[in-house]
Amino acid sequence: MKTVKSPFKFKGGVHPDYNKELAREQPIEKLPMPGELVISMSQHLGAPAKCLVKAGDFVKRGQVIGEKNGFISVCVRSSADGKVVAVEKRLGPAGGKADAVILDTAAKPEGDEGNGLPILPPLDWKTASREDLLKRVEEAGICGMGGAGFPTNVKLNPPPGKRCEYLILNGAECEPYLTADYRLMLERAPRIRLGVEIMRKILGGPAVRIAIEANKPEAIAAMEKAFADIDGNVEIVVLPVLYPQGSEKHQIFATVGRVVPEPPALPIDVGCVVENVGTVAAIADAVELGEPLLERVTTVSGDAVSQPKNILAPCGTKYADLIAFCGGEKGPVAKLISGGTMMGFAVSTAEISTTKTTSGLLLLSPKRVVQYASQACINCGRCVRACPMNLNAAEIAKAVEADDIKAAEDAHVMTCIECGACSFSCPAYRPITQFCRRAKNSIRARIAAEKAKAAAAAKK
Amino acid sequence: MTIAIVCIAGIGLVAAITLAIADKYLSVKEDPRIGMVTAALPGANCGGCGFPGCDGYARALVAGTAPNGACAAGGDAVAAEVAKILGVAATATEKRVALVKCCGTRSEAIRVGDYNGICDCNVAAMTAGGDKGCTYGCLGYGACANVCPKGAISIHDGLAKVDKRLCIGCGKCVAICPKKLIELVPASATIHVLCNNPDKGPTVRKVCGVGCMGCHLCEKNSGGKEAGHFTFQGFLAKVNYDNPPTDGQIVAKCPAKCMAEDAHFESGH
Repeated sequence: MKTVKSPFKFKGGVHPDYNKELAREQPIEKLPMPGELVISMSQHLGAPAKCLVKAGDFVKRGQVIGEKNGFISVCVRSSADGKVVAVEKRLGPAGGKADAVILDTAAKPEGDEGNGLPILPPLDWKTASREDLLKRVEEAGICGMGGAGFPTNVKLNPPPGKRCEYLILNGAECEPYLTADYRLMLERAPRIRLGVEIMRKILGGPAVRIAIEANKPEAIAAMEKAFADIDGNVEIVVLPVLYPQGSEKHQIFATVGRVVPEPPALPIDVGCVVENVGTVAAIADAVELGEPLLERVTTVSGDAVSQPKNILAPCGTKYADLIAFCGGEKGPVAKLISGGTMMGFAVSTAEISTTKTTSGLLLLSPKRVVQYASQACINCGRCVRACPMNLNAAEIAKAVEADDIKAAEDAHVMTCIECGACSFSCPAYRPITQFCRRAKNSIRARIAAEKAKAAAAAKK
Repeated sequence: MTIAIVCIAGIGLVAAITLAIADKYLSVKEDPRIGMVTAALPGANCGGCGFPGCDGYARALVAGTAPNGACAAGGDAVAAEVAKILGVAATATEKRVALVKCCGTRSEAIRVGDYNGICDCNVAAMTAGGDKGCTYGCLGYGACANVCPKGAISIHDGLAKVDKRLCIGCGKCVAICPKKLIELVPASATIHVLCNNPDKGPTVRKVCGVGCMGCHLCEKNSGGKEAGHFTFQGFLAKVNYDNPPTDGQIVAKCPAKCMAEDAHFESGH
């Protein structure tokens, strides 16, 4: 095991204000069980889970309440004991509505004391087969906890003919304000090591790269200590501080120098699997303790919250409960953001609940929120310089503004990772990322329509 | 100089002869009726008939693969003219116009956010579902108005309104609306429910002062369930346009104030 400096630097990127000192020194605190949980069936990427319970049912902590519904999907388990009050469509952070189970955690079935046993039988990873371990990851409902929520069991099971050569541990946490992964690396380093060993077994012994940004020396030290006596090809790669260093594709380039081709190519096509440190710890818990993914660490921060904290909260906690646990709001809140400031979603209400991918909740005061008015492009090229995907963002934005989605597609808008570096650097306050998202949505809708048409024609 | 003149004249002559021969042997015979039908159609190229423009529809009509009467823009007058040219009976069509099923203006429906991104409903809908408290309601950023080939839709007080006289029923607005709240309704129908929120009454009231609560009063006042003027989806009343109500009284009696008698507005065109 050795520590090395990142051998490659990707082009572009920006340096937003990190503001991590707000919550950096706050140890992870466990949230007392809230009275009501709203557990969404769509906490991951892909098809939402199929709800298995109805109003009036009593559920136990860890019970499967949402069934995996398709290949790219994971199951949802209840985060607490309680009674199902209702199953209804609730607004998620990204704006879509999905089925959600509303759980009253105070109501318990009579005479049920619980048996004190773990939810799933613990496995000894050294003797368990690869298939058993994969199955455990799947039944524990684990999906990528960095933000995208890709089902982990799919990621850990490369299609035939493809081999994982590098397992990259994503501890970059390049989003401003967020410190959840940082605290996790400090406080739960042995769990992360165990998770890495399990994943290494599942993936057939790839080399391991632990990628951490240089502004987290304590986390690097903690990882060095935890991994000191590990055998095999393991390196801690210290990345330069640059947004979006935590992006999967950029991390692969920064650590092993490989470039993931345009979509639909995936990291596994260049022999890499990237996992967030939170996901790795969750895998360790699922295997060794039999504890499915029911809770996660969420950073509640920003200059409009009384006491920024890193909170271990059950999935399905309402934002309002998290804010109350932090002592409430400090002064007026201009913006409530689910996630980080660069890629998070501004939400309109604290009634939305956390999911397996909620890494942060930010409350920003009016001082921190710029009310901009978008102006015409001045052709300065700052967005082009900032774009880490080598896109001509200015041209794409102009094409979309003129409703020319075809031109945007020709300019490879589908490779856009929506990191927001272009909008961040635009002196004319143009919502360039939003233009890209609009183009991507239109193109996806068109492709879906074409597919449906082809399927209908094939049926005829 | 002379050589140049002779050369150019020679090339011209050869080209002219080639063209004359090509015209004689390679000409494509086109049914003259296609031109006549194209001329009879409105020429708006709106695509509402499902064919690529008026010319495409004319070709399909002449080929006999399209029903006469699919042109919503032209209506019965055009259908009759086409029938004269082609000698096929016109299928009677009822003119259909777009109806925006929302009446939550800025003063009635609360806005929960301050949206200052791209002025387009589809983009706004991608951003936390839009800034309107009611997630089913009209966002008022004019995606429908932008695609309307006739300029029949305009935005008033954060709400899209359709001018019935200009609307040709092409359905482009229906397709683009992210909230799917525009419907093509018979132009003759006068009573409409202007709400798209199927939630329970108290939930609706929290976000909009004029949302349908599903109280069924409109149904009761129009002759009960047997009369069949209304259907219900959750807690939302829907006009049955196959059998629309005609009594304007029920509009005034709606406690939610989400009904209107001829909800279309007339722009100053």
